[in-house]
Amino acid sequence: MHIVTITKSTPDTAAPVEVDAAGNVTWGDAPVVVNPWDEYAIEEALRLREAHGGSVTVISVGPELDNDALKHGVAMGCDAPLRIWDDALDGADAFGLARAAAAAIAQMGDVALVITGKEAVDVNTDALHLGLARALGWPALTFVSRIVEIDPEARTITIERLIEEGRQVVASRLPAVLSVVKDINEPRYPSFKGVRIAARTEIPVRSLADLGLSGDEVGGAAARTRRTAIYNPPQEAAALELIAAGSAAEAASLLVDKLIAEGVV
Amino acid sequence: MSVFVLIEQFNGRAAPVSWEALGAAQQLAEAVGGPVTAVVFGHNVGDMAQAAFAHGADDVLLADHATLASYRLEPYAALLAGLVEAHKPRVVVAGATTRGRDVLGSAAFDVGAGLLADVTALDVADGAIQATRPVYAGKLLSTEVSAADVTFITVRARAFQAPEPDPGRRAEPVTVSPVLSEDEIVTKEARFEGAAGGVSLTDAAIIVSGGRAVGSPEGFAPLHALADVLGAAVGATRAAVDAGYIPYAHQVGQTGKVVSPDLYIACGISGAIQHQAGMRTAKVIVAINKDPDAPIFKLARYGIVGDLFEIVPALTQAFRAKLGR
Repeated sequence: MHIVTITKSTPDTAAPVEVDAAGNVTWGDAPVVVNPWDEYAIEEALRLREAHGGSVTVISVGPELDNDALKHGVAMGCDAPLRIWDDALDGADAFGLARAAAAAIAQMGDVALVITGKEAVDVNTDALHLGLARALGWPALTFVSRIVEIDPEARTITIERLIEEGRQVVASRLPAVLSVVKDINEPRYPSFKGVRIAARTEIPVRSLADLGLSGDEVGGAAARTRRTAIYNPPQEAAALELIAAGSAAEAASLLVDKLIAEGVV
Repeated sequence: MSVFVLIEQFNGRAAPVSWEALGAAQQLAEAVGGPVTAVVFGHNVGDMAQAAFAHGADDVLLADHATLASYRLEPYAALLAGLVEAHKPRVVVAGATTRGRDVLGSAAFDVGAGLLADVTALDVADGAIQATRPVYAGKLLSTEVSAADVTFITVRARAFQAPEPDPGRRAEPVTVSPVLSEDEIVTKEARFEGAAGGVSLTDAAIIVSGGRAVGSPEGFAPLHALADVLGAAVGATRAAVDAGYIPYAHQVGQTGKVVSPDLYIACGISGAIQHQAGMRTAKVIVAINKDPDAPIFKLARYGIVGDLFEIVPALTQAFRAKLGR
């Protein structure tokens, strides 16, 4: 079974991210990491390969920064990385990126499953995997917390979705696009051997022309939404009031009075 | 041109954020001109159409059919895309729930719409729709505009005001038919396991949340007791979830849920930046922690330095006494 997982590099989640005086987004000297949601997707792809055979291709649609995330995928055990990039993709919206990914996956010809993270922590959109499923004409199974069963021969899959009201168990046909949540597994750390392999892996890059696409169709020129500003949220000084009292009961009583006065209970 | 709003329901109950989305739709309709059309999908959900009128919808498109009984992305997205093609609304709004994000994201792709997801504020300037979205897990805010003829928007829970319902406001919905037949839908719901109930984190006005210092699954009992008195939801940090004290569905933060309650009571939470990303927009934050240097105190409006296992039960007692519950 050929599985594709999609990733990108994002700033370390512990890094303070801000907009500097020149208007650029910066995270100081903090490293970029694989988008945290994608680690669960990569792990699930590797587990499926271990159980059913086949191969895992890890792809990104993004600039050179994404090589870090792709190498992390290889270090975890993915068989082949692929980066899709083209200057014409600068300013593309998530649906443009989705069309580019779909073209690459369609070219591969034998993909049974695409697994992605729930969303990207930097732009906080999940439009890429939804657009990808629509472009490929495959069902999207989202917020997946467990693969109940998968039969690559019969081309069927049953999964559990973690949604607001509980867990929805859904059966579907393959090929399909899955987005997974944190609950699904505990991602492995790259092995020493994996890190060595990743270090000497060359990452192939495919352009829009390689995929039979043009910038007018999927690039910045075709974007239906664009960012006009990015800024630091207004900092409100919280003006901490420490409640100090002799006993827990006294402190609690004082606090409750204040919260009632604030009108929040 | 109309503004569509998707009213989500589960087992005949509307998602609270759907009425907030209707409020956002009214705000947009005022700016771009045109009626607010509520879109209701499900089976035996005529009451939901009336609830949409009561909340101020000008028209309702109602698709009531067995293939729409339990939510599935394919029939819902195909139907919404079809209705958008037929009625040409200027904007489509829904709550940024798991369903809302999926259905609008998919239908937006199908009809070539612009998609603005998880929006916390909206504006119309020179006829262009402009949205504010938190990015980098709320560490930054982004302003985005849509250049498309039709724009799809999902709104974050508790960011917009729901209109006051007027139960006397009733009308006839327009009935529409599903686009996909059961044979054309490749996904089938095998079963549904309901969550333990309680208040949904993202809709909750009050959240009582616990961190690593809660120490065990049993340690969450006093937090649940306090939440019960307040009608609150129970949240947790990643550390508490990863330690197995409480299921992942309760996790607040960068890899959990982003919440914006009126009151957030952080019990034994140090306040890692990833947790802050999920709760920093709460109106009033209360921190209870043994460590006076914990970063959570920098965010908090009120703090008590002390043992959560003494303070939390004392709070429960005090609320019970003073609120008469």
